[in-house]
Amino acid sequence: MKLTVWTYEGPPHVGAMRVATGMTGLHYVLHAPQGDTYADLLFTMIERRDHRPPVTYTTFQARDLGSDTAGLFKSSCQDAYDRFKPEAIIVGASCTAELIQDDPGGLAETMGLDIPVIPLELPSYQRKENFGADETFFQIVRHLAKPMEKTKRVTCNLLGPTALGFRHRDDIQEITNLLYELGVEVNVTAPMTATPSDIAKMGQAHFNVLLYPETGEQAARYCERTFDQPYTKVVPIGTGATHDFIAEIRELTGSTAKLDTDRLRQTWWSRSVDSTYLTGKRVFIFGDGTHVKAAARIARDEMGFDVAGMGCYNREMARDIRAAAKDYGLEALITDDYLEVERAIEALQPEMILGTQMERHIGKRLGIPCAVISAPVHVQDFPARYSPQMGFEGANVIFDTWIHPLVMGLEEHLLHMFREDFEFHDAAGPSHHGGHAPKPMGPAAGEGGSMPAETAPPAPVNDNVIWLADAEKELKKIPFFVRGKARRNTETFAAEKGLNEISLDTLYEAKAHYAR
Amino acid sequence: MTSQMTPPPTLGCRQSPVLKQRGQREVFCGLTGIIWLHRKIQDAFFLVVGSRTCAHLLQSAAGVMIFAEPRFGTAILEESDLAGLNDAHAELDRTVSELLARRPDIRQLFLVGSCPSEVIKLDLNRAAERLTQEFAPKVRVLEYSGSGIETTFTQGEDACLASMVPVLPDTQVRELMVVGALPDVVEDQMLGLLADLGIGPVRVLPARNIDGELGVGSNTVFALTQPFLGDTHAALERRGARHLPAPFPFGEEGTTAWLAAIAKAFGVSQDLFDKVTEAPRRRARQAIAQAAAPLNAKSIFFFPDSQLEIPLARFLTRECGMTPIEVGSPYIHDALHGPDLDLLPAGPQISEGQDVDLQLDRCRAARPDLTVCGLGLANPLEAEGLSTKWAIELVFTPVHFYEQAGDLASLFARPLRRKDILGVAAE
Repeated sequence: MKLTVWTYEGPPHVGAMRVATGMTGLHYVLHAPQGDTYADLLFTMIERRDHRPPVTYTTFQARDLGSDTAGLFKSSCQDAYDRFKPEAIIVGASCTAELIQDDPGGLAETMGLDIPVIPLELPSYQRKENFGADETFFQIVRHLAKPMEKTKRVTCNLLGPTALGFRHRDDIQEITNLLYELGVEVNVTAPMTATPSDIAKMGQAHFNVLLYPETGEQAARYCERTFDQPYTKVVPIGTGATHDFIAEIRELTGSTAKLDTDRLRQTWWSRSVDSTYLTGKRVFIFGDGTHVKAAARIARDEMGFDVAGMGCYNREMARDIRAAAKDYGLEALITDDYLEVERAIEALQPEMILGTQMERHIGKRLGIPCAVISAPVHVQDFPARYSPQMGFEGANVIFDTWIHPLVMGLEEHLLHMFREDFEFHDAAGPSHHGGHAPKPMGPAAGEGGSMPAETAPPAPVNDNVIWLADAEKELKKIPFFVRGKARRNTETFAAEKGLNEISLDTLYEAKAHYAR
Repeated sequence: MTSQMTPPPTLGCRQSPVLKQRGQREVFCGLTGIIWLHRKIQDAFFLVVGSRTCAHLLQSAAGVMIFAEPRFGTAILEESDLAGLNDAHAELDRTVSELLARRPDIRQLFLVGSCPSEVIKLDLNRAAERLTQEFAPKVRVLEYSGSGIETTFTQGEDACLASMVPVLPDTQVRELMVVGALPDVVEDQMLGLLADLGIGPVRVLPARNIDGELGVGSNTVFALTQPFLGDTHAALERRGARHLPAPFPFGEEGTTAWLAAIAKAFGVSQDLFDKVTEAPRRRARQAIAQAAAPLNAKSIFFFPDSQLEIPLARFLTRECGMTPIEVGSPYIHDALHGPDLDLLPAGPQISEGQDVDLQLDRCRAARPDLTVCGLGLANPLEAEGLSTKWAIELVFTPVHFYEQAGDLASLFARPLRRKDILGVAAE
């Protein structure tokens, strides 16, 4: 039993729904109790979809448990077949139906439907949403894709995008265009946008582009083995990764087509003097493995940030992220426990968080700016405008998104200079977002709440160090967006020097010590 | 006591045939009630014993993630918990100790059963008794089921309140108990009206905290503010309390009739009743008249959701001039919904339960001006050119009693006004 407040991933059948909802012509018959239909609203509300997800739930109740839930499953399956006339059906169980062991796959098979019926085994008490999506897509490919002659022109499939994915809609468009410029046509994009008959044609592509390893890696490996299709290993998020991705495509296809990179503004935006203030900002990065790995590279090599901590919530990527973290001289935080992430951020006191909606909330409470880089998604992660993460436009979008929460260039200096101005004071936060000012630091939150109140001050590194009044007062004059760092540095400095009091001098000694 | 009231229809809906279909039910489970109950009962924590799906539901139920200091959590069952029930009980004890150590402010703990905990027959009743003994007198541990196999949406609140009734102390005092979780501001308005009528002290279930002086006995009379409290109603009657049947306090008419039933039971004079209610009734009528203009002569279709459908259909028909086509409710209890059905003029199809695909067919064929439905259906129906009102907003928004009557009408009017502003023809 694990006590959970917020979760990064839903159950595995929600992953299967993301695959089914991204596709057309596929229907999901889900053996599930009444109430599990809540998952529909993830798609209709968060993603603003204008159709119901193609899912039929058996919605059994207590009175059905004593009678014939298997019969209920079969009639639901028949009704779905008659009403929606899908090209193929996937069948499975949610967590409760798994316990009653009706075997939806076996039941559906006995019905003699004249379309492919694909059974799913998604262990709800062991695995989670990303696994569910990855496994479902793999099973669909395994059942439907057939060996085929390769297309005459060089083509590839795009693998991994699903409904409810973080910017998948726009990444598909960006990468399709990029490949087109390189002379490579997209054969099938799947699961999102594909029909079952599209899946059947996947074998005719020359290779696969794996956009999201979280949701497409099993299928990519299967296609490599079965259809002799190599797949790309670089995920093109960020300028450097996009260039590496292009090199990988050229290697696979021999393409020498010239690319127009004029629209890539990120590199100049980052080099322009206005961006000097970004130098060495300490960032904490958390999300799914793929986005975290990409974000760390962008943060250090393309923004000039200092990566202070990183980690991911999906254990499937733990090995990758541990290895990546080593490059940054860090120990990766692999956890799906929101509270553990919160503690790590509190202890590190970064100047910025690159995270999920969960970390955005942590940041709000601790007064640390946050940009969202990864699922789990929120209605805000489905902007009306074109806003990919991948490719050159993705690099531009990421630059804008990441600097938006920060106090910018000259404003930062002004806050340092005139820190006691009654209107232009530091607690007001960046002047370009009025409503999001952190509250002034107050007394410590009540003992041990599962989430500390918004005013919790940064935890001292060392409880034995006492701040003298004049040093404490001086610390308060330091603008909020660097105060946490100053406190932490000073305390670390004091601890290293074996001091148990921090005076005004100690504060400035530490400042000099850490100067860069 | 019903001066200035619209007379009841010669033929109401109480005897109308009820359409009952069985198919996919597009409804929440009872766990959803935790979203408002954990805010209402300020010293309580709701621990769902369930799966990752339960945790995900609670996180997603309001359409987007709600981040605030939560007084709820999920003890997620893992593979090892399914193997042996003794171990599961030991695990639960460990989880509860951990939780209570971290949250010393918690005085009431609700263990909330879920679909998986019920299917594996994890006896939470036994666990609650054991844990109550362990943590008494500081913490009281109760249990109820919010599972989808036992409860539909608002029935979760019903199950929660019903679980509190057996542990209420006995009292022989003749007192009024008002039952149902209301927003604090609305509850205060209600208590103000009752005090002005000379009725008091009034007890409220659920109380805001465990120290609320709440007792029950054969002299207790109770009124329900929510139409989904069937089990609580039965539990209170088992303790000897007497129910005051009345239409529910939505709109000017409903509020007046609800107060009148109480006033009659407590012998309040007509003069005093008129004096107390006159001004708020006038305000409510005025507010409704202003807000309800876009609703007049429009048709409405209710998908089943919260059991609020029948009283709301009564309000929208009699006070806002709407014509209901179908009024669907997850469950219909005559003892609770009868007085509202009496007032609702015969005509609409009354339906109980759901086969969502068949109901969608009826809705599309009827092309109502406004459709009240859950979040899973709203955007898809809007995309088909229908106007919708999310049902869940009705349980998250203050809508009871006189001062909210205008707000209630505008909740329904807003989708129509919006289409008008945006220049989209409401088909």
